[in-house]
Amino acid sequence: MTTLGDLASVVRSKNAGPFWITIDVFLPDRASYDRAIRAAITDPGTLARMYAVDPEQVKVFRLPDLLAVKVSFPRPNAQGSRAERDMHAGQQYVPLLDLEIPE
Amino acid sequence: MNEIRVLVPVGMIGGGFPEATIDRGIELGADIIAVDGGSTDSGPHSLGTATPKTARAAVARDLRMILPAAHGAGIPVVIGTCGTSGTDAGVDWMYDIAKEIAAEHDLHLKVARIYSEQDASQLETFLDAGRIRPLAPAGPLDAATLRRCSHIVGLMGHEPLAAALDAGADVVLAGRATDTALTAVMPLMRGLPAGPVWHASKIAECGGLCTTKPVSGGVLVTFDKDGFVIEPLDPTAACTPTSVAAHMMYENADPFRMREPAGTLDASRANYTALDDRRVRVEGSRFERAEQPTIKLEGAARAGYQTILISGIRAPNVLARLDEWCDRVIDYLHINIDKTFGLARDDYDVQIRRYGHDAILGAAEPDRASPPREVGIVFIATAADQETATQLAKFANPLLLHAPLAGQEALPSFAFLGSPAETERGPIHEFVLQHAVDVQTSDELFRTVHSELGS
Repeated sequence: MTTLGDLASVVRSKNAGPFWITIDVFLPDRASYDRAIRAAITDPGTLARMYAVDPEQVKVFRLPDLLAVKVSFPRPNAQGSRAERDMHAGQQYVPLLDLEIPE
Repeated sequence: MNEIRVLVPVGMIGGGFPEATIDRGIELGADIIAVDGGSTDSGPHSLGTATPKTARAAVARDLRMILPAAHGAGIPVVIGTCGTSGTDAGVDWMYDIAKEIAAEHDLHLKVARIYSEQDASQLETFLDAGRIRPLAPAGPLDAATLRRCSHIVGLMGHEPLAAALDAGADVVLAGRATDTALTAVMPLMRGLPAGPVWHASKIAECGGLCTTKPVSGGVLVTFDKDGFVIEPLDPTAACTPTSVAAHMMYENADPFRMREPAGTLDASRANYTALDDRRVRVEGSRFERAEQPTIKLEGAARAGYQTILISGIRAPNVLARLDEWCDRVIDYLHINIDKTFGLARDDYDVQIRRYGHDAILGAAEPDRASPPREVGIVFIATAADQETATQLAKFANPLLLHAPLAGQEALPSFAFLGSPAETERGPIHEFVLQHAVDVQTSDELFRTVHSELGS
């Protein structure tokens, strides 16, 4: 089974201001992009469970001209709080690498 | 021909750039140098304490490459969000550095300092007047939150910067400003269209990040009446339609729409064309003027004091039962902190982070199958004051050092990093404002001081 980590050329995460996290997925070609957008990366429910956020607040953007997908969601914990694990949100994309991508 | 060229040498001052960057930009006809001085990305400490994140010598090194060259070419310099968080102290810090450089290089400079800190009681009157609105995902603001803040800043757009340049400033040192305002100010002053100006400013604000060689130096943006052209200053780097378009995604929750004080940029219908193998032209960006201009606020409030203890576990038999070990330590602490310190659960926090296991992803960590080979243990005690946090860390010390597991060695010893074992971290802060103020004019919340450096 192919995973998003197998398929994508770049996956990255970062803060988008102090209250949002944003994750970008870049695919190398049209065929990969078409497969990716049919997979759970574009499902707010999957993302909400993975990151323990409210699915209503998950934003998903498809960018076909760039062969990219962007997902954004509110930071589950205030930036810099005692619960902080990753100040710049730079490593939070990693669980997405295991997402299964159907044929 | 009405064209304006803006040179952005680096994404944040202090980040460094090749020496040739400024000269090359000036050769290409730069009309202004714009650099960002900070961001919220590294967290609330800078705003909470009004101290900069960057090394002073690194910022001075970069400013030394900029100020004499700009002065020689007769072009102004704008630096925004001075001191990382744009506090009044941050502006003054940057001013001191500029003063030193002006003296070193015998420069006479007219400098405008634009202060952006807000007074909590003034904001309370706005709140009472219904002028403060929440931004997703925040709820309505209460006055107590304003009062808890150590520092509050308003994010200025281009208008106060334009007023300062109009008044003859050679150098504008601004407090908290939107990243884009610094690049946008001069083209907007010259009447160029808002859509392309704000779009280009969003792409250029990180310097070379929109090019094929992100660390090789900055960009030059040329604005005209129909759009803009962006190119890297490093002759061996390139801007491509993809590298430029993709940069709208960087650090933005929404890749198409971005709010500024005066309105919203809509880049969804922009088109990107390669003029050659390293320059890109962009047209088609739009700006929707807001009926009500707003100024976004940022505020940091203290959220306790912390003391940490760093240790390590390499013993395979303990690592095979790591969760159990950590739970025993924390459970013991919860029971005995109450007995020994008389603290209620709400008055303190103790936790253990396991580097090499799940410190970074926490509950989102997908791979817990195999025990790690080695784990870095970071114990964190948070309390209302530093002394209590440190006493809690000292109290936890023997447990973190010797806690056994049932059926194993009765008194193991784990690998503490140092002596003393605990390290005080000082106050921690949180960003507590995600709100905007309705304003009548976009500069009413900011104060400008004009002065001169050098003889």
